Amino acid sequence: MSTGGWITMSLSVGFVVGLFVWCIWRVMTAPQADSHLHGIEDIDTGED
Amino acid sequence: MTTGTPKEGWSSRIGVIMAVAGSAVGLGNFLRFPGLAAQYGSGAFMIAYFTSLLILGIPICWAEWTLGRYAGQRGFRSSPGIFYALIRHPVGKYIGALGAIIPVTIYMYYVYIEAWCLGYAWKSATGGLSNLGGDVAAYVSFWERFVGATEDGLAISPGSNGVILFLFIVFALNFVIIYRGLSRGIEAFCKWGMPALMVLALVILARVLTLGTLDPSKPDQNILNALGYMWNPGDVVHQLRNPQLWLAAAGQVFFSLSVGFGVVITYASYLSQKDDIVLSALTASSANEFCEVALGGMITVPAAFLFMGAAVGGFIGSSFSLGFKVLPMVFARMPFSEFFGTAFFFLLFLAAITSSLSMLQPGIAFLEEGLALNRKQSVALLGLITALGTLFIVYFSKDVKALDTIDFWIGTFMLFVMASVIIVVFGWVVGVDKAWEEAHRGAALRIPGFFKPIMKYVCPLYLLTIFVLWILFKVLGWDLSTGEFKPTGYVTDLIGPEYSVVARLSVGFVLVIITFFLITTAAAGRRWDKNRSDQRVRNETKAEVGQ
Repeated sequence: MSTGGWITMSLSVGFVVGLFVWCIWRVMTAPQADSHLHGIEDIDTGED
Repeated sequence: MTTGTPKEGWSSRIGVIMAVAGSAVGLGNFLRFPGLAAQYGSGAFMIAYFTSLLILGIPICWAEWTLGRYAGQRGFRSSPGIFYALIRHPVGKYIGALGAIIPVTIYMYYVYIEAWCLGYAWKSATGGLSNLGGDVAAYVSFWERFVGATEDGLAISPGSNGVILFLFIVFALNFVIIYRGLSRGIEAFCKWGMPALMVLALVILARVLTLGTLDPSKPDQNILNALGYMWNPGDVVHQLRNPQLWLAAAGQVFFSLSVGFGVVITYASYLSQKDDIVLSALTASSANEFCEVALGGMITVPAAFLFMGAAVGGFIGSSFSLGFKVLPMVFARMPFSEFFGTAFFFLLFLAAITSSLSMLQPGIAFLEEGLALNRKQSVALLGLITALGTLFIVYFSKDVKALDTIDFWIGTFMLFVMASVIIVVFGWVVGVDKAWEEAHRGAALRIPGFFKPIMKYVCPLYLLTIFVLWILFKVLGWDLSTGEFKPTGYVTDLIGPEYSVVARLSVGFVLVIITFFLITTAAAGRRWDKNRSDQRVRNETKAEVGQ
């Protein structure tokens, strides 16, 4: 593997790992993380 | 305005992110991306890839989430309904019908490939693949028999390798999950399915990176050279001048993120105005990129190189060749082959099913909203439609012609059209200022300001350029070296003396599906118009009483 290969791999993999970890961290630490979205209701199959 | 749709919603933010990420992460992350990167020289390819991600992929994701939630607040959950609300013209609902036609039609063949993945996982676990030896020709022959690629009708004949059983299982599983609804079905499945997929991929990655040199008589086929084959850049400046590289990179970003499918816009319609969409969209996209670049880019092509050396170059241009002809042999020859082979194909199966589930929801939402069907009726009707389509594709299995033809015209061509519609509606119909404001309601993150002109001008222009390039190269067969045009097989299969009956039947079948959805959309439009008119009368009556 050439030096260019190491650089390409490190930058590419590093960027996507960094972005993913940062996003997950932001989602988990945001106030809405565990909140209920949209007022989930029981599944309405329309058969009642 | 009420549309009479059964009330549903997501139960948690992480759940909707996993569902959208599950929709995006598919077979292309592990089979198509690594092949393209290695083929075009990863240095130049990754520059084009990340450029496309920044100015095409992520902006369209934000646009889809925004438009979906905006229309959802106005009571619409299906793509025709969403565009009916957004465009405010009768033609809007017909444009939006594409958002139901595309995913439902793609599901018809995607579920068949999903069955291959489950079948290969089973065959790996029971030693059915490791028995084939070390010759790739045996695996090619096995795949052809398994999917019926040598003869129409072979896959459903008694002499097949049982693909129909796996198809039945995955088809039923998809519909059981979708029947359970958005939160208890799709979300619940993706919340464990996506982490499981990532854990499996990390285990396989650890195995591949520790393989070292497998055959002492071939010292060049070691893990460092394998990674080099995947990641060594070529002549970056020269390669960046190749328009086909840009087409491949942008196409990969575009298809990988599932933009223009009609899926994300449908999913987002179940969100409320208080829910963040900017960070959620970025997180779902980043999960897809993590699976694609950090996992897919490190596993499949390097593993194949370790066993085949540079000869793998003859297979990486096709996802089917890499995934179902080369990699089964690679995993079969690996230490603990049953475990790692099963893990890899189950990983592909998980990637596929989290995507196929998302393809059904736009159809379900449309049948419920447009025809006022209940969940059981809409699942039954969609099940019947997709079963007929899948049967068509499974029967006409020779050279996977029906699958390939429908994938080209619906899974690629129509996707470009739909994505263009979405970004134009965002930037020009709703208006970029209003859409920008809408995107930031409840947002946990602000989109950097420079994305505003990107979403209004750069993104549509870039998309149009890529679409034109795609037509020039993939439809009209432009040869860059000679400058001549020679229509590709997808055109000559339909027009001219060497036409293919199966290709023509496939396009005919697609036209029947489109007609069905357009007629249904017209019926739905009449209901929506009546609802709107009734609402107006009620408002006027209220106003008069108030006076």
